[in-house]
Amino acid sequence: MFENLQEKLQRAFKTLRGQAVLNEENIQEAMREMRLALLEADVNFKVVKQLIDQVQAKALGQEVMTALSPGEQVIKIVHDELVQLLGKDTARMKFASQPPTVVLMAGLQGSGKTTTSGKLANWLKNGGHRPLLVSVDVYRPAAREQLKVVAQAIKANIYEGEVTESNTATVERLAKEARREAINTGSDVLIIDTAGRLHIDDQLMEEMQSLKRLMNPQEILFVADAMTGQDAVRSADEFHKKLSLTGVVLTKMDGDARGGAALSIRQVTGQPIKFIGIGEKYDALEPFHPDRIVSRILGMGDILSLIEKAEQHVDKKKAQEVATRALSGDGFSLEDFRDQLRQVKKMGSLQSLMGMLPSIGPFSGLQKAAGNVDEKQITRVESIINSMTQHERLHHEVINGSRRKRIARGSGTTVQEVNNLLRQYAQMRKMFKQMGKGSFARRMAGMKLPGM
Amino acid sequence: MIQTLFGSLEEQPSFLERMKEAVTRTRENLAERIEDVVSIGKEIDRPTLNDLEATLISADLGTTTTHEVLEKLRDKADRKQIGNVDELKRLLKEELLAILTAANTQPVLKVEGTPEVILVVGVNGTGKTTTIGKLAQVFRSNGKTVLLCAADTFRAAAIDQLEIWGERTGTEVIKTKPGGDPSAVLYDALQSANSRHTDYVIVDTAGRLHTKTNLMAELEKMRRTAQRIIPGAPHETLLVMDATTGQNGLQQARLFTQSAGVTGIVLSKLDGTAKGGVVVAISRELGVPVRYVGVGEKPGDLLPFDPKEFVESLFA
Repeated sequence: MFENLQEKLQRAFKTLRGQAVLNEENIQEAMREMRLALLEADVNFKVVKQLIDQVQAKALGQEVMTALSPGEQVIKIVHDELVQLLGKDTARMKFASQPPTVVLMAGLQGSGKTTTSGKLANWLKNGGHRPLLVSVDVYRPAAREQLKVVAQAIKANIYEGEVTESNTATVERLAKEARREAINTGSDVLIIDTAGRLHIDDQLMEEMQSLKRLMNPQEILFVADAMTGQDAVRSADEFHKKLSLTGVVLTKMDGDARGGAALSIRQVTGQPIKFIGIGEKYDALEPFHPDRIVSRILGMGDILSLIEKAEQHVDKKKAQEVATRALSGDGFSLEDFRDQLRQVKKMGSLQSLMGMLPSIGPFSGLQKAAGNVDEKQITRVESIINSMTQHERLHHEVINGSRRKRIARGSGTTVQEVNNLLRQYAQMRKMFKQMGKGSFARRMAGMKLPGM
Repeated sequence: MIQTLFGSLEEQPSFLERMKEAVTRTRENLAERIEDVVSIGKEIDRPTLNDLEATLISADLGTTTTHEVLEKLRDKADRKQIGNVDELKRLLKEELLAILTAANTQPVLKVEGTPEVILVVGVNGTGKTTTIGKLAQVFRSNGKTVLLCAADTFRAAAIDQLEIWGERTGTEVIKTKPGGDPSAVLYDALQSANSRHTDYVIVDTAGRLHTKTNLMAELEKMRRTAQRIIPGAPHETLLVMDATTGQNGLQQARLFTQSAGVTGIVLSKLDGTAKGGVVVAISRELGVPVRYVGVGEKPGDLLPFDPKEFVESLFA
């Protein structure tokens, strides 16, 4: 349904080929497409208008570069403009000179504050910090219980405290007690999870203000849902006016929302987006890279994040070893095969990986294809290999009919599936061997790829 | 600058006043804008329509729906059939009301003497559990018997949260341990509802992004399980959508309808400043109507959806 902006622009510029400069007339259609794309990505329409005006002013009179098509050139201008708006660099977290650093989580109901608090604690822990969690959400049923379960899951410290009444006095008491606990236990960061509240709920907003005065936090993070529409400017602005936010966390970025709210929120608060939430697991929190989300809003994919993710999860040394062995002729065993599968699994779901690719050009079909991949298949293949003896894994040729039967039984699959796997494995081995000999590389070089 | 568009914020003690306030704010702003458009005295040209379009888009109606609605107005304007601001407003309202009332998916009729099963689905954090608590309250106050099924076994403390709502509304909760199989607990709940002749079973599910195919397949499995135990179940599948949701809401509705067979929408958190206009786009494209709106965190804060009132709340 969502036609890619780049495609639209290219169409808009078809008539423009051969013209030397971008003028008001010939970029008007492009600006219209741009506007629609940004609106469809939920960028606030006021922000869109400003952007379009700025881009138009910049684009006018520019000479058409020979290296880029006019469409690409306009996209480049928009891209640069958006990156500039979002701030060029990844923002850092502020720490207090005298610990504990206090982080206050704020936001509307259901934006993901509790999950994000847990993810942040996990992220800090991995960075060598000693975070302490506390929930002062005395209003929502089981909210404090939820943070407790999260803390247990990530093995982070939590201050529980006692709650007898659901009011501001209790909220303040819990926060104070938690700070004392942080000092006593030598925790250097105190993360305060608060109740979700509407920006127009004066009573609860006042509670937030008094919590701020009391705790003097280094960071007040506004947790916002990436799927938020036009209203994002309104809530962010109100929260910022009352609390002077220091940063934003954009959650649920693992969905297919374009995340235009990021631009809106940044524009009205002027505060950097510090983190994005990209999944339900507790390590699914990443520092925010402005240039990458711009690509996403414009539908151009996020190849950098993909590469980084691969780097993070793939053990390079091991991969190198396997590669050397595989290419040398006969070294690629079923055990190596299983390692590869596990590394793919570690990187996250295929779908979320594919979502990072641009939805254009050579990748356009891939995202749809990933939706059809049965991820359980990987688990099934893994369990087939798990059901083999070590000897079988290293010497696949010994796997005869009766062994196949046993393996199928052990892994809850069929002999046919085991056969399939072995056939695929044999093909891979053969391919690696050829690559090792160089014939594969030679063939690749001799081949003419379409569109290149 | 954005502030002037939405008007300024005042003290609002009660929800009703808040709603009224919100409605008035929108009306004044829209009226002003339309006045701007018309009072220039020129024909409705491209820039002015673009302005009007932006106004509808600010309520999250989306570009496609907005264009369709405006296209019709533009036709009439060209033929000079629109004389003044009031008429323009009336026609806009009519168009939107027509879209909303045309959406009329009905729940499956239950077999007499068996429980009616309501499956509640949605992305994370839209307010499924809270909505279920409020729904239970509605049915209980009508003298019906209700059983809650805690099939969100994934999110931390989701079961505890539902149990607290169960206590508040005097409703029993069928549950399993965290991490258990949602279909298994659904099976148990439906079995006991059958044997007790409960009027309603409301099923809470884990929030899931519509892009996660394996989680969406889990919903399909739950539907099959329900079907096996009670004919026609789930009779109603409610998609809970946050009123702040932007254009992604359409995609949510599309995919949840595909996997879970959504028959109605609950528009939650309408007590904020967001208008929830994406439901117009959903009605238009999928024909799925809004059944209820959520307007607060108390048990009574769930109201039946009234299309006319909703449109008024955007314009009137």
